Amino acid sequence: MSRIGVIFKRELIGYFATPIAAVFIVIFLMLAGAFTFYLGDFFARGQADLLPFFNFHPWLYLVLIPALAMRLWAEERRGGTIELLFTLPVTLWEAVVGKFLAAWCFTGIALALTFPLWVTVNVLGEPDNGVILAGYIGSFLMAGGFMAIGSCVSAMTKNQVIAFVVSVVVGLGFVLSGFPLVLDFFSGWTPQFFLDLISSFSFLTHFHDVSRGVIDLRDVVYFLSLIVFWLFATALILEWKKAE
Amino acid sequence: MVEIRQLRKTFGPIVAVDHVSFTVSRGDVLGFLGPNGAGKSTTMKMITGFLTPTKGTVTVNGFDIQQQPLDAKKNLGYLPEGAPAYGDMTPLSFLLFIGAMRGFRGDDLRRRVRETVKKVNLDGVLHQPVETLSKGFKRRVGLAQAILHDPSVLILDEPTDGLDPNQKHEVRSLIRDMAKQKAIILSTHVLEEVQAVCTRAMIIAKGKVITDGTPAELEAQSRYYNSIILRLKGEAAGVQAMLQRLPGVKTVDVLEGPSGTRGFRVIPERGQTIIGAVSQGVHDHPWDVIELSVDRGHLDEVFRSLTMPAQALT
Repeated sequence: MSRIGVIFKRELIGYFATPIAAVFIVIFLMLAGAFTFYLGDFFARGQADLLPFFNFHPWLYLVLIPALAMRLWAEERRGGTIELLFTLPVTLWEAVVGKFLAAWCFTGIALALTFPLWVTVNVLGEPDNGVILAGYIGSFLMAGGFMAIGSCVSAMTKNQVIAFVVSVVVGLGFVLSGFPLVLDFFSGWTPQFFLDLISSFSFLTHFHDVSRGVIDLRDVVYFLSLIVFWLFATALILEWKKAE
Repeated sequence: MVEIRQLRKTFGPIVAVDHVSFTVSRGDVLGFLGPNGAGKSTTMKMITGFLTPTKGTVTVNGFDIQQQPLDAKKNLGYLPEGAPAYGDMTPLSFLLFIGAMRGFRGDDLRRRVRETVKKVNLDGVLHQPVETLSKGFKRRVGLAQAILHDPSVLILDEPTDGLDPNQKHEVRSLIRDMAKQKAIILSTHVLEEVQAVCTRAMIIAKGKVITDGTPAELEAQSRYYNSIILRLKGEAAGVQAMLQRLPGVKTVDVLEGPSGTRGFRVIPERGQTIIGAVSQGVHDHPWDVIELSVDRGHLDEVFRSLTMPAQALT
C-alpha cells in the first residue's frame, strides 16, 4: 500500500514539475467556461444550475484526458524507465494503480478549480447544491473511466501519438455506445441482448442521470467497475508486452 | 548468492538465451562478454525479474525471482542498459523516490541518499533535472539508484559505456571497492575492463555460454599467450629459422615494424614457456636486440576466435 503512495506522490508532483499541469488546467478551465457560456447559454437559460456546464464534460474529457493518459505508460516504455520501475520491489498492480490514481487525482484538481462557476451560480440564484455535488461526483467518476481507458491504451505502445488517437476513438465508442452511430454497426448481425449490453455501456446515459442529481448506485458501480476492468487490462498488457 | 539454472528465453522463433547456468558468489565480479545480440542483456533482465524466462530458474539469496519476486528484488541492485531515469526529476528527488520505493523513510532515507551521493560524486548536480545532465552524470545517477540500498547482489548492464577514461576509472574503482561484500555481474564490450575489475569472465554468443573462467585463464586460451616478441636491428638473416629450431616453439611470425628493424613473434606450443630458450638464444648470438618481451595473450583475440570461429584464423 505504501508503495502505491510513493508512486502516487512522484507522479502527481511530476505533473506540476512540468508544464503539463499548467497547460492542462488552463485549457480545461477555458474550454469548460467557453462551452458553458457560449454553447450552453448559461445566462439565457435563466436557471440557477450547472447543467450546461456538466453537459459538455464527456466531450471535453474525450479529447483532454487521452492527452493526459497517453504518457502514462508509453513514456515509461520509450525512456526505458519501465525496466527500472519493475525491477524495484513493487508489484504490477501497485504500479498500475499508483500511476492511475495520480492521473485521476490530477483531473480531480482541474475539476475542483472550476469552483468559480459554482460560486457564480450561487451568487446569481439559489441552485440545488446537492444536484451540483452529484454532477461533480459523476463528472469525476467519468473522468476516471476515460483515464483508465487511456492507461490501458498507453500500455500497448511506446508511441504517445498512437496512444492518444486510439484512446480518443475507444473513448468515443464508449460515449456514443447508446447511439445509432455505434449501434448500427452491430445491429442486424448480433442478438438483441448484445445490443442492449452495448447501449448500456454508454457514458452519456450513465452520466446524464447523475448530472441531474440522481446518484444511482448502478451508475457509480458502472464507472467503478469500468475503471477496474481497464486497469486490469493495463496490468495484463504490461505483463504480456513488457519486453517490447 | 545468485544461482542461474538452465535459463532459456525465446522470442517467437528466436532463441535469445539458451540453457544458461552459472552461480555467482559473494566476492565474485563476473564479467559478461559477448557480441551485440548475444543475449547478455536478456539474461540480465531475467535475473532481475523484468523478463519472465521461458524456462529455467533464477534465485537471489535463496529467493526465486519468479516465485518470491519482492524478496528477491530487495536483495538486488540493477543498472539497466543506458541507465534510464525519470528525466524531469532531479538526482536528489529521483534517489529519494527510489529509496522510498525500497521502503526507507525519514532520516534513514536521507542518510542513505547522502552517503550514496558522496560515493558516486553527484554533489554538484543534485538539483538539476536529470535530462540536462551529461552522460557521465546520468550513468552515476543510475549507479547511485542501484547501490542505494546496499544490495548483496549487483547487476550492471554496461556500467561504463559512453564514459570518458577518467569516469571509467572512477566507476571501476567504485566497483572494486564494493566487490568484497557483494556478488556482482556486469556486462561490457570493453575487454580491458574485464582485466581491470573482474574476477571471472564469461563469454556468451548466440545465447550460449562459450567459456567461463578467470580473465587469466581466458588469456591463456590465446594463441599469443606467453609468446615472445623479439625485435632486432638490421637484416637479421637466419634469425627466424634459428628461433624456429628452439625447443617448445610452434611457429615464428614476422612482425611489421619501423624500417631498419626486424620483429618476430615466437609462439610456443600450448602450455610451454619459451622465454628461457629465447633469451639463451639472444645471449648466444651477436644480435642487436631492441625489444624482448613476453605477451600475456590478447583477450580480444580470444573473444574473436570464440565468437566468430570461422574467421578466427585469418
